[in-house]
Amino acid sequence: MARAVTTQHKVIATGAAWIVALLIFFPILYTIITSFKSEQEAIQGFALIPSGTFESYTEVQAQSGYFKFFFNSVLLSVGSTILALIVAVPAAWSMAFSPGKRTKDILMWMLSTKMMPAVAVLFPIYLIFRDTGLLDSRIGLMVMLMLINLPIVIWMLYTYFREIPGEILEAARMDGATLWGEIAYVLTPMAVPGIASTMLLNIILAWNEAFWTIRLTTTEAAPLTAFISSFSSPQGLFWAKLSAASTLAIAPILIMGWFSQKQLVRGLTFGAVK
Amino acid sequence: MATQQTRSLARFMMAPSVVLLFVWMIVPLVITLWFSFQQYNPLNPIRDGFVGFSNYALFYSNPAFLQSILNTLVLVGSVLLITVIGGILLALLIDQPMWGQGIVRILVISPFFVMPPVAALVWKNMIMHPQYGVFADIARFLGAQPIDWFGQHPMMAIIIIVAWQWLPFATLILLTALQSLDGEQKEAAEMDGAGFVSRFIYLTLPHMSRAITVVILIQTIFLLSVYAEILVTTNGGPGYASTNLPFLVYQKALLEFKIGQASAGGVIAVILANIVAFFAMRAVGKNLDK
Repeated sequence: MARAVTTQHKVIATGAAWIVALLIFFPILYTIITSFKSEQEAIQGFALIPSGTFESYTEVQAQSGYFKFFFNSVLLSVGSTILALIVAVPAAWSMAFSPGKRTKDILMWMLSTKMMPAVAVLFPIYLIFRDTGLLDSRIGLMVMLMLINLPIVIWMLYTYFREIPGEILEAARMDGATLWGEIAYVLTPMAVPGIASTMLLNIILAWNEAFWTIRLTTTEAAPLTAFISSFSSPQGLFWAKLSAASTLAIAPILIMGWFSQKQLVRGLTFGAVK
Repeated sequence: MATQQTRSLARFMMAPSVVLLFVWMIVPLVITLWFSFQQYNPLNPIRDGFVGFSNYALFYSNPAFLQSILNTLVLVGSVLLITVIGGILLALLIDQPMWGQGIVRILVISPFFVMPPVAALVWKNMIMHPQYGVFADIARFLGAQPIDWFGQHPMMAIIIIVAWQWLPFATLILLTALQSLDGEQKEAAEMDGAGFVSRFIYLTLPHMSRAITVVILIQTIFLLSVYAEILVTTNGGPGYASTNLPFLVYQKALLEFKIGQASAGGVIAVILANIVAFFAMRAVGKNLDK
């Protein structure tokens, strides 16, 4: 852009944007700061400099076993994502490369399943889980999260795969490649970036899913969403501990999220905004 | 160009997804529909069987029902208003030339990655707590009485929390759309003497219209089913002051075990979502043709 930008303009824009950005980020920042305070310090009014104690962190682990929940979150989000990819990659693949007359209808229908409100099926799912012994089981919840995110995964993969030029396929075919040969040697290398970003976004979505993960678990399979919800009724002085637990629960996904901004836009708008 | 063989292989590759999603959608929905016409309480062995539309009548005559529908609409409407207008303004601001734009983007997008229960609890205890929250500190500093957010203004408190979660999403998507605007067009408009406001109305806004539609539609889907934020802050109260439809259905089903009524509520939620979905699908579908 060849427009001349005055320094004054830039200074004002920078100042305004930083102030707004810091205000938006403030609740997160203040939580991180408070997590390094002691419980006494945490209720002594507004202060941005903590004493730097780690006692809340050790206490959160000692009292409620943070790592078990963390482990469940990792297992559920990564596991459900891998399950979803196993089912979705072939489907998105065939829709992108040998589309039929009904492909578009099928895609729209898949998306429509995402619109069903979870509460509408809460009790049936609860019953099915109870009667099959899947309540509070990791595998049950993993399948659940996979089903919830499957439409988004298929859509995202589809929009990525569609951008792979079809001529390459034809060339490979003329050279005598079979369909499986095409997939293994021609398309997979080109599709890996799309699959990776789909995976990233889906892990974030699964990590933060806070309806089924709370309702279908009690102790064994409970991930961080359920762990954090147990703080909803205050137990004495718990501000620093709540902060430490919150920081631990969001840190991994926050960092992953920072790296996935572009994919986020694309994935959540089903390719409509790039 | 596809041969018969690749066709059938394609179908074979698609089958697992289609079957899974079909079962996932149809089976629970049919069970819900069935229960919505039944008298059923798991704690009470007496089952009267088919009861016609009486569950719907009961659910409808419950004063909490109209309140919850109203709360649902207020929540969706307010959050949409705040995030779309705020998102446009923020996107315009961040799009300006500045130092540290990358970091500003990262700071602004961050709340979106915070899981709902954490977002709600942080706001409840760190920010809005009437004794130890930052808002209370500010109020005391100004010599005012701290506000008991969740007791006095429960809906407003929840709207603020949910808007904070979704503002980053709106901003990020609108910013992405804004940055795809052709710089030359902007320059041409500027040279023709168009001021900032007319440039915004005649050039920027039309360019962003599709992104705005997408933001509204996608947020509506998620906002219609806000749950965890209410669960960990007000638990629907005081009374039913902050109960939305999903929360009411949850209460009926898992706390009161009135399965018939809860199912009727669920069916109503499905109808509500379908009205929204109808418009959403059309907008997304149009884009697919492009």
